Amino acid sequence: MTDLLYARAQMGLSLAFHIVFAAAGVALPVLMVLSDLKHRRTQDADYRRLSEKLAKGTAILFAVGAVSGTVLSFELGLLWPEFMGRYGEVIGLPFSLEGVAFFTEAIFLGIYLYGRERVSPGLHLFSGVMVAVSGAASAFFVTLVNTFMNNPSGFTATAAGPTDVQPLVAMFSPGWQYQTTHVLLSSYQATAFAMAGIHAFILLRHPGAAFHRKALSVALPLACLTALAQPLVGDLSAKHVARAQPVKLAAMEGQFDTEVGAPLRLGGLPDVETRTVRGAIDVPKGLSILAFGDPDAEVKGLNAFPRDVWPPVAKVHVAFQVMVGTGSLMALLAAVTLWRRWRGREWPHGTGMMRAWLAAGPLGLVALESGWLVTEWGRQPWIVRGVMRTGEAVTPVPHLAAPFFTFTAVYLFLGVMVLFVLWRQVAATLPKPPGAVEGGGAHAH
Amino acid sequence: MPTEDVLGFAVAGTFVLYALLGGADFGGGVWDLLAAGPRKAEQRALIARAIGPVWEVNHVWLIVGLVLLFSGFPRAFAALSVALHVPLTLLVLGIVFRGTAFTFRAYDTRGDAVERNWGVVFSVASVVAPLLLGMCVGAVASDAIRMQGHAVVSGFFASWLSPFALSVGVLTLGLFAFLAAVYLTHEAPTRELAEDFRRRALVTGGLLFPLALAALLLSRQGAPRVWTGLSQTPFALALHAGTAVAAVTAFALLWTRRFRAARVAAATQGGLIVLGWAVSQAPYLVYPTLTLQAAAAPPAVQRVLFVALAVGLVTVVPSLVLLFRVFRPRAPAPGAPTS
Repeated sequence: MTDLLYARAQMGLSLAFHIVFAAAGVALPVLMVLSDLKHRRTQDADYRRLSEKLAKGTAILFAVGAVSGTVLSFELGLLWPEFMGRYGEVIGLPFSLEGVAFFTEAIFLGIYLYGRERVSPGLHLFSGVMVAVSGAASAFFVTLVNTFMNNPSGFTATAAGPTDVQPLVAMFSPGWQYQTTHVLLSSYQATAFAMAGIHAFILLRHPGAAFHRKALSVALPLACLTALAQPLVGDLSAKHVARAQPVKLAAMEGQFDTEVGAPLRLGGLPDVETRTVRGAIDVPKGLSILAFGDPDAEVKGLNAFPRDVWPPVAKVHVAFQVMVGTGSLMALLAAVTLWRRWRGREWPHGTGMMRAWLAAGPLGLVALESGWLVTEWGRQPWIVRGVMRTGEAVTPVPHLAAPFFTFTAVYLFLGVMVLFVLWRQVAATLPKPPGAVEGGGAHAH
Repeated sequence: MPTEDVLGFAVAGTFVLYALLGGADFGGGVWDLLAAGPRKAEQRALIARAIGPVWEVNHVWLIVGLVLLFSGFPRAFAALSVALHVPLTLLVLGIVFRGTAFTFRAYDTRGDAVERNWGVVFSVASVVAPLLLGMCVGAVASDAIRMQGHAVVSGFFASWLSPFALSVGVLTLGLFAFLAAVYLTHEAPTRELAEDFRRRALVTGGLLFPLALAALLLSRQGAPRVWTGLSQTPFALALHAGTAVAAVTAFALLWTRRFRAARVAAATQGGLIVLGWAVSQAPYLVYPTLTLQAAAAPPAVQRVLFVALAVGLVTVVPSLVLLFRVFRPRAPAPGAPTS
């Protein structure tokens, strides 16, 4: 592997790791505040316990998110000094505002976590709301930076670097509204599905466990709502990509030839050598309709672009298929669940539904990761599309394999540890087997 | 005052705050490692309690400083990222292990081997990270980072492994440990614990003098710009005098057990040391190549950054005041239980 590839792999790995915790940091506070509110309304102690458990989960995941985010802000310079040296000034504004949001989040999380006994209930709840709001704001601002990298605006590119910099224009680059909404929804969706999956798993083993049924009733509304809204936002986002980044769309769809009335390809593996897609199911005129709202619209193919600006077609196509596939499955499950909720007047708890929710638990994260891969791979070979190639931005420091393998090992270790610590948290809520000694229920099966 | 100077001052300000708050946080980890005596467990519990609600906030200052640096002075950020790639990568690993170990330990309290192992990771990372941070500062302050155009030509090791950079690393570690010990005297719930940390504060405070002197003497060879800056310009001499007064005051207040005031004096001393470094180096970001002016983003960008800074101050400062008020230490009541 070349140093450029190691640098990309390290950045990609750091982002893939961080994004899980960032999403949880955005969404868990919302679930925590929701159960807090339910406790206030119903005076049901289980909701208070749930909110405390979610707060602990938030604390653990937020801490890992904060340190991995710190790693990322260093890595921007450590791996891509040319990018930061030239464009740091153009995209500094959203980063600065993200810093402010992150600051507020950390402050109020401290008050929420450690202040339950020290502040008034009103201030405590307010702190929780502030954590949720600033978490969303921080995700919003940092996504704006990615929007800029996809559709740079707000400067004039010259050989010596950007001139006529307009930071506000750069901050709201074309398509910002679609990308930020898509990312925020995906954070809520992934977290709510993961939470629902965990409680569905416990309910399959302990069908009557009241605490877990209540937990499910907090997770399911958010999961269902986001799962149904996401395809609509995703569609708007794809329409924007079709107009703004036609080569990315062509890679996402495995569209090699420019075509009028292009079909939608489901599945399949693009072959760049033969410029065909093997094994796809074609929906006639589907792509033209989805991308441009017109069955006879022309869709530009990869062949219309020079070979050296193609993204890695197979990877982008497969990642896109995975995202759309998992997204559709989640939307389907959400529709069925809402239908049964409407018919049965309570959230379904049957074995079949619980198995489905258990199986769907990881799908949100799979969709989140694959969607992020579509964006990042789809932008290659550019770090700032059309202006700076990734290869021009990389650090001159040699032997980048060393930090890559170090960070890989660290992230693997931390990932395992987080699962271990979180599992010990969840295990403590399991119904105790009859005759168990008080306090002995922590050690799960 | 030119806007880039104001922005440079803001960057220096975040580093001062990071040293005073994040630094003390690292220092807490040092004392966790060195906890000893009959109240070993209480010392560790006090450290964990003092750090718990604020550690994440304390470390945001570093992010804010970084963001200001790369938005306001992108060329300097790029150059430093290349020249200090190795120690910064190690520092980041230290920050990762310190933060996660602290959290895992705090949320997985079972008193078993797992918890003890996290404690070791936390405290070792707390020692290594300040050393590296100080070595990076030493490298920046010296003239060892050389550039041709935008390219760093001085290699990836020599600049931060010089005797001067090492001395700054040790001084930083000592300063952080001193700050933590002084802060903890006031946080301690019992007189015995306060005494434990008073002794530690006096010893590390005393050690700071020879450490600072060593760094100063080494700067003559290793960082000529700092040497002239510290020993010749009137403003730096005034800062110097201020630092000395604050140090003696902190010592006297610790000696007479006025812990609350000692905290203020120690923080002033620490802040002036960091500021002294910044002032002695100004207007250079990377001596002798990049000045504030040469590395600065265009004026339009700087103006927008000021607005972002203002937004930040308006949201963050009241929230911070609230946070520190909520977790204000409660003075030990007379005759409070000893453990």
